[in-house]
Amino acid sequence: MDRYGMQNQIACIRSLFDQGYLDEQFIQLEELQDDANPNFVQEIVTLFYTDSTRLIQNIELTLNSRPINFSKLDDYMHQFKGSSSSIGAKKVTSECAVFRQYCAAGNAEAYIKQEHAILRKKLEFYFQMMGQAAVAQTT
Amino acid sequence: MNSSSGKSYMSTASSSVIWKAGGDVVADQFPAGLRVLVVDDDPTCLMILEKMLKACQYNVTKCNRAETALSMLRENRNGFDIVISDVHMPDMDGFKLLEHIGLEMDLPVIMMSADDGKNVVMKGVTHGACDYLIKPVRIEALKNIWQHVVRKRKNEWKDFEQSGSVEEGDRQPKQSEDADYSSSANEGNWKSSKRRKDDEDENDERDDTSTLKKPRVVWSVELHQQFVAAVNQLGIEKAVPKKILELMNVPGLARENVASHLQKYRLYLRRLSGVSQHPSNLNNSFMNPQDATFGPLDLQALAATGQLPAQSLATLQAAGLGRSTAKSGIPMPLVDQRNIFSFENPKLRFGEAQQHVNNNKQMNLLHGIPTTMEPKQLAGLHHTAQSMGNMNMPVLSHGSQSSQNNPLLMQMAQPQARGQMLNDSTVGLAPRLLSPMGQPMLSNGMATNVSTRNGVPENIRAPSYNPVSQTSSMLNFPMNHTSELPGNSFPLVSTPGISSLAPKVAFQEDVNSEIKGSVGFMPSYDIFNELTQHKPQNWELQNVGMMFNTSQHSNSLRGNLDHTQSVLVQQGFSTGQNRNSTVISKAMFSAGDSTGHVNAQNGNQHLNSLFVDNTVRVKSERVADAAPANLYPDHFGREDLMSALLKQQDVIAPAENNDFDFDGYSIDNIPV
Repeated sequence: MDRYGMQNQIACIRSLFDQGYLDEQFIQLEELQDDANPNFVQEIVTLFYTDSTRLIQNIELTLNSRPINFSKLDDYMHQFKGSSSSIGAKKVTSECAVFRQYCAAGNAEAYIKQEHAILRKKLEFYFQMMGQAAVAQTT
Repeated sequence: MNSSSGKSYMSTASSSVIWKAGGDVVADQFPAGLRVLVVDDDPTCLMILEKMLKACQYNVTKCNRAETALSMLRENRNGFDIVISDVHMPDMDGFKLLEHIGLEMDLPVIMMSADDGKNVVMKGVTHGACDYLIKPVRIEALKNIWQHVVRKRKNEWKDFEQSGSVEEGDRQPKQSEDADYSSSANEGNWKSSKRRKDDEDENDERDDTSTLKKPRVVWSVELHQQFVAAVNQLGIEKAVPKKILELMNVPGLARENVASHLQKYRLYLRRLSGVSQHPSNLNNSFMNPQDATFGPLDLQALAATGQLPAQSLATLQAAGLGRSTAKSGIPMPLVDQRNIFSFENPKLRFGEAQQHVNNNKQMNLLHGIPTTMEPKQLAGLHHTAQSMGNMNMPVLSHGSQSSQNNPLLMQMAQPQARGQMLNDSTVGLAPRLLSPMGQPMLSNGMATNVSTRNGVPENIRAPSYNPVSQTSSMLNFPMNHTSELPGNSFPLVSTPGISSLAPKVAFQEDVNSEIKGSVGFMPSYDIFNELTQHKPQNWELQNVGMMFNTSQHSNSLRGNLDHTQSVLVQQGFSTGQNRNSTVISKAMFSAGDSTGHVNAQNGNQHLNSLFVDNTVRVKSERVADAAPANLYPDHFGREDLMSALLKQQDVIAPAENNDFDFDGYSIDNIPV
């Protein structure tokens, strides 16, 4: 990779960290990557993305159903939180936590939906960034 | 094996064995190569964990479903050293998985979750998880998980050694061959002395305590009985060493001795009662609170009924305690005493089984066959038994008395492989029983029982019996219980299945196998007692010996059999726990083998020959189960144990089939 490429990569990753999207868990993942698994981080991110997309879909379904099954929602969020924290998706994790609190409170579905939408948007953006980061890493 | 040599040997052996179990893991490379099974439904997490563990140089197997993980563990009992599991999983609750693993395989389990709430973490603790990790899991946290494996092993060995050391201290040349088991040795010594005279025993004990440079106390059956009586009088919650000491009023006994013994006893009780009762309890998650009450209660109840001499109770408890250790990794304090039993049994099991079997035969005869032993016969037996290993003998005497039980016992013996475990445990009990029981038994129901069978008088021969005696002792023990119930002693036995079995068993000279079976037999015996006790619970005798098999069999056979270790059961008076909790086998193979799938019980459930037909559903006491069965496995951490276990496995395997037939099992299956 040329110098610029590397710089871009670094900048990309750093931005993610700076914005609080990623935390040091991600660094740990990076450290796990080695010659034997050169694409480890990318694999993980991809896996995460796939899994969380599925999860989000489930969450949406739950949100759309009436009445809202908050416990199920809570489960999903818990799962989501676990996944995202494992890869170091800090912001997503914290959003999940907040979301869960709302679920616990059984708040108005509208609110939850709203929160969820926000979360999702963030997540998608996040994925984009991570995808970039992962790609940048592997190059 | 000698306790001393065994101990050291054991520890080294076990360590090497343990690591070897992994396959290529070599002790010196430890913790590299540690075989980890990680279970998590989240694929992302799973992958990350796998990578991290590999980076720690562990041997990782990942699994995204709890059921898959369980079957993997069951298929390959020695295949893993530690399990890491997520709490929230779709197909099975993580804690449930934790319980299963603890019961069946007695492996250290680490829970993890994104949930860091105090309640959840507490739940992990109460269910016996050895650690709880919060997600995201960092690699640093994983680097140290090997400590849990070492700790668990260490506890098991420690118990084993403890018993061994005690034994060595007092051991006199044991007549019984089971010198391996230090505890048994003690018992043996004790028994032999008992043979001579009770007071002699006491003297021995006293001597031991007074003359030994180190105040090493041999917790003989009698002594333990006194201890238990004192504890019960004070109330388990209020029992403090000082008061217990005062109540016991045994010269030469120090408060420290009582304190340490009390500690073990408490662990034992906890084990019996299960984790539910005590948050910090062992991992006997399977033990329900009911069990807990059961175990100790049963024993006590049994004791109360008179049949089960306090000693026996104590013995059982001790055994149970010992056993529990295996399970929960808690050192079995009682193990020492029980160990004797258990040791003997395991010994029998393993290798000596054959030898013992022979002896057992005699013993078994005794057991199974309600020999109409006259009191004096019993006495005679008693003596012989003492020589045999004390443990056995006492059993015999009992057996004679409860001859009825014998058949039961015998039957148990049938499941030989299984019986082993039981035997061990029973043996442990037997000695105890013998002492207290021998005498009372004679007077009590023994008489009633005795008449029933007779084939066994030969067992009285005791000497050869020793090995068997172990089992027989165990058996006898239960018998004693039965003796309480006049005539009932073998109500169980009378059950068609049983009675028939018993005689057959008795005859089956396979004592060797029987011994094992007897072990299993015992449980039935307990059942008996249980029945008589008024708590006819389904005490399915599980083949103790067949730990491995038992799990299979027991499950299949009995279905409901509570696998409370048959041995234990016998000893413990088989609290009819649901078989479901049979974890007996587990106990047996604490060495790391997965003891059959035992129900909640401490896993020690030795599946006693389930010969006890369903009719004989005895509530196997957890305690009993735990004790005997557990005793062995745990203590036997030593290499011998391991090898024995392994051998046992082989042996048991065939037996399993036998066990399988529940009904005709005892007899038909018993490989003659």
